[in-house]
Amino acid sequence: MTELQHTPLHAAHLALNARMVDFGGWDMPVNYGSQIDEHHAVRTDAGMFDVSHMRVVDFNGDAVRDFFKLAIANNVDKLTVPGKALYSCLLNSNGGVIDDLIVYYFAEDHFRVVVNASTAEKDIEWFGQLNAEGEFGLSITPRRDLAIVAVQGPNAREKTWQVLPDTRAATESIKPFNAVRFPSTPFGELMLARTGYTGEDGFEIVVPATHVEALWNALKAQGVKPAGLGARDTLRLEAGMNLYGQDMDEHVSPLDAGLAWTVDLKTSRDFVGRSALEAHGSKANFVGLILRKEDGRAGGVLRAHQKVVTPLGDGEITSGTFSPTMQESIAFARVPAGVNPGDTVHVVIRDKQLPASVVKLPFVRNGKVLASL
Amino acid sequence: MSIPAELKYTESHEWVRTEADGTLTIGITDHAQEALGDIVFIELPAAGKTVAAGDAIAVIESVKAASDIYAPVSGEIVAANDALAATPDQVNGAPYDSWLFKIKPAGDASLDKLLDAEGYGKSIGE
Repeated sequence: MTELQHTPLHAAHLALNARMVDFGGWDMPVNYGSQIDEHHAVRTDAGMFDVSHMRVVDFNGDAVRDFFKLAIANNVDKLTVPGKALYSCLLNSNGGVIDDLIVYYFAEDHFRVVVNASTAEKDIEWFGQLNAEGEFGLSITPRRDLAIVAVQGPNAREKTWQVLPDTRAATESIKPFNAVRFPSTPFGELMLARTGYTGEDGFEIVVPATHVEALWNALKAQGVKPAGLGARDTLRLEAGMNLYGQDMDEHVSPLDAGLAWTVDLKTSRDFVGRSALEAHGSKANFVGLILRKEDGRAGGVLRAHQKVVTPLGDGEITSGTFSPTMQESIAFARVPAGVNPGDTVHVVIRDKQLPASVVKLPFVRNGKVLASL
Repeated sequence: MSIPAELKYTESHEWVRTEADGTLTIGITDHAQEALGDIVFIELPAAGKTVAAGDAIAVIESVKAASDIYAPVSGEIVAANDALAATPDQVNGAPYDSWLFKIKPAGDASLDKLLDAEGYGKSIGE
């Protein structure tokens, strides 16, 4: 067995008695105490996640915009204001998803991406290959010297400003999916992005690895509750946000994974994977499910890979869990085209077929339940 | 990690208490509830059901995962703690008070394979 990788906050997690798990080769906190308490802290106040296993990669060079026009499925020309961010899939030539990522625009010769931990090496190799083949002449720099803390919840920004008062003026008025960089703070050079993976307001803070523990402790002193990957999963599921490797991968089209909104087929731009996507079209619907209760009780918990039986054929749950906010079992499912919100399907749990309602995603946003039976 | 000395244990993390009338009361250990995390669903066997040692006869689901609960001995289910269905998180708070079911052991049922507290502690690396 290869040795697990550690983030710069590893010792801090152990000091908090976190339950640690192997998450794609990284030794990461799944919960510190009750993961449901951590979930509610993010929905109602403020929680923070160590996401330093994710990789920041900087792209420098005159042709960086042209590079991303080729490399990613979303339209990078939406990025014109410095600090603006864009969520996109990175596709292979078959139209399968190599990764999902966020691209930040800083200047015409400097873009930044943040990619998933488990795919980082593969992505960097792919970027290098596209850069060489297209002769873009970019320098591509993985920033293992940087850590990331996601501070999320209705009070997350306020508590961040208590710790970083000098960032308030510049970040108070930025809209979601925008970032500001601060070259010099007590915690070194920071990037504060109004992004996240929970469906709540907040910041993702990119901070030098050397300063992240001090920042973590300062946030904790302001009452920001450490939250693990367990709560991160229930929060992102409620928020209708996909998880790479579970809801989509190299063998799944973004058009069959609820990500059509991120794929730019409107402009004539020829990006990697476009022709395959257009030839393939959309073959499935990606929907939310809520397990129905009988006598006030659900018959189990929806989980990934359970079979979904519909009148139009079988589908499959890609992610499922118990929703602490809704007190219901919820899931994402890939189902045959024609199965739509409002329909009833049946999920096979331990050889029983249990009824579930098909709903539109997301389930929860900004503390409010949006989906209903 | 709490491992009461007066109970017996299985390697699959059930605790077993022998009652005065010879029936066995079964639950899951503190170690098991801690590993599962927040418990949100419990499915118990019906009273009257005949079970064999090692059968998966109940299910506990946490937010994270589903876990089978096994019959430690052969016998008949004489009671199930159906109140837990409404408040499954009781098992997290008080694993040794939150019994799941009671078994009347079959005549030839053997308790020899059960571990004592020390043996169970060793099996979980305590």
